[in-house]
Amino acid sequence: MTKVLHLEAINRSFGDRQVLRDVTFDVTAGRMTGFVGANGAGKTTSMRIILGVLAPDSGEVTWQGSKLTREDRRRFGYMPEERGLYPKMTVRDQLVYLGRLHGMTLDAVRRKVDELLEWLSLGERANDPVENLSLGNQQRAQIAAALVHEPDVLVLDEPFSGLDPMAVDTVVSVLREHTHRGVPVLFSSHQLDVVERLCDDLVIIADGVIRAAGSRDSLREAYAQRRFSLRVAGDAGWVRDLPGVSLVDLDGARAVFDLADDADDQVVLRAALERGPVRSFGPVTPSLAEIFREVAR
Amino acid sequence: MNTSSAIRLVAARELKVKMKDKTFLISTIFFLLFAVGGTVLPAMLGGGASSVAVADAATATTLRAAGLEVTQVSDEAAAEQAVRDGDVDAAVVTGGGDPKVLAMDDAPGDVVSALSVEPQVQLLNPDAVDPLLAYFVPFGFAVVFFFTSLTFGLQIAQSVVEEKQTRIVEILVASVPTRALLAGKVLAGGVLALSQVALIAAVTVAGIQFTDSDGLLSLIGPSIGWFVPFFVVGFVMLAALWAAAGALVNRVEDLQGVSMPLQIVVMLPFFLVIFMSDNKPVMTLLSYIPFSAPTAMPVRLFTGDAEGWEPLLSLGIMVLAALALIAVGARVYEGSLLRTNGKVSFGAAFRDRESRRLAEINK
Repeated sequence: MTKVLHLEAINRSFGDRQVLRDVTFDVTAGRMTGFVGANGAGKTTSMRIILGVLAPDSGEVTWQGSKLTREDRRRFGYMPEERGLYPKMTVRDQLVYLGRLHGMTLDAVRRKVDELLEWLSLGERANDPVENLSLGNQQRAQIAAALVHEPDVLVLDEPFSGLDPMAVDTVVSVLREHTHRGVPVLFSSHQLDVVERLCDDLVIIADGVIRAAGSRDSLREAYAQRRFSLRVAGDAGWVRDLPGVSLVDLDGARAVFDLADDADDQVVLRAALERGPVRSFGPVTPSLAEIFREVAR
Repeated sequence: MNTSSAIRLVAARELKVKMKDKTFLISTIFFLLFAVGGTVLPAMLGGGASSVAVADAATATTLRAAGLEVTQVSDEAAAEQAVRDGDVDAAVVTGGGDPKVLAMDDAPGDVVSALSVEPQVQLLNPDAVDPLLAYFVPFGFAVVFFFTSLTFGLQIAQSVVEEKQTRIVEILVASVPTRALLAGKVLAGGVLALSQVALIAAVTVAGIQFTDSDGLLSLIGPSIGWFVPFFVVGFVMLAALWAAAGALVNRVEDLQGVSMPLQIVVMLPFFLVIFMSDNKPVMTLLSYIPFSAPTAMPVRLFTGDAEGWEPLLSLGIMVLAALALIAVGARVYEGSLLRTNGKVSFGAAFRDRESRRLAEINK
């Protein structure tokens, strides 16, 4: 696992408003890094700085240990937050154009465009102007635009917004294909369930500050509270009376509760067994949404 | 990939898009029809040799020599009948004596003059420009420069706004230098504008040649020849400013307002040249002001008021002005292209530091 793309202490203000403070994180080769934060937290600004369409006030972005150059950036695939392709140009023509701008030969780009259109199920729409496409298909075309020059890095701002579940699966498989080849993928999203399913690594930003960064599993572990779920045969309401237990959720036979640091989960289990059969008992892994709420608070 | 191949790619796309654009094709066709109409049509409508029926062989030879369309008939009654039937414009009958022209309601002048002895004519000022032409030539140059420069200028601006409005500009700027985008657009606009003007000029020259009888071509040819380089420099001078105007706004709807000063810069010389074309001091002044020189100088060359060195000096001044305005336009373009939140003022774009910092990063 090589950390290929690195942001070091990036600061950026717009007027008096500082939108990024010492933003530092890594994107690792062959892994999907989810970039999560509320609207206005600084995701898009960070991504625009990576792509060189916005300058940082201080700090720098490095690629394989040295400062990013335009030539490096040309090997990046970028999907901006606000979508757009030339409305009156056909899907094929603009993909070919963008590939050429990234330095591909005409032959190579034509082959790649056919492959991508096939992959993204856009083949039948290849010769339609983009403005005649449905929103979902425009989105696919936009993704194709980020991939056409066989980039070494993918930076995708909200790639899944506006996609139906089928299209999400298509795009996910295309992105997975890229990570398998070792391409690092940084994508932002506020659909936490999608991020949860997809990402290997996670970067959480709030108010321009990186609140957490690391692999999904290590973050889960780090933010796992002492939370347990218990299902018994009868009513589980008695749990709240045990010392060190604070009830989170109670639904008849099922109780979710947090335990104080000095309380022992086995004491709770024993107490339950004394009252009758226990159907299930175990720790609850926090969902990404929960970690996010915790971290971004 | 280097900057020059990026410029070529950008320009090629612009050209390809424009070639499919109906407005462009229609305006080109309109101008060409205008050029053909202005030169060939009058000759075809008004002119054309009259057809004449004649029985007498000697008269027929005379008439043929005068370039008339002669129909030889068996006798003079047949000649008269041909006129009555409308087969010919006139008939010439001799009746054994002097020739007589028969026509329905108006005797064709060319038939009459072919049979008459004309007095000698000596022109005291043979080079003087026909007053009708003296009016039409400035008008023609002004119309072509005004419309072409306005149309293609606005198209450059629109193409910039389109890229901003759709935000594809972020993808573009992430892959090619901003200046390459600008240069590609100006190049494509210039090539299109120049080919349209060259086509119009060629058709006009061909049209004049087709109908030329009074050496009109030798009179107007040099000024058309000068018009082309003046046009190119004049167009490029403003092109970067059109692009800058496009970059200042985010929506095509806002373009009208922001490009108003430029439209005035194009429109004012148009009216001045047309209305002042007989005022020599004003025209001399206009022929050195870069914005009006592309029309005023060719007009002065046409009317014979300009010395041989004058267009060179004026062109030199224009080139300097063009360099300065391109620098300003490019700076404003770069300073506003990536500002996608709202309208950017000209001054703010000119003073923008972001673009210079970006240039630093993107080395």
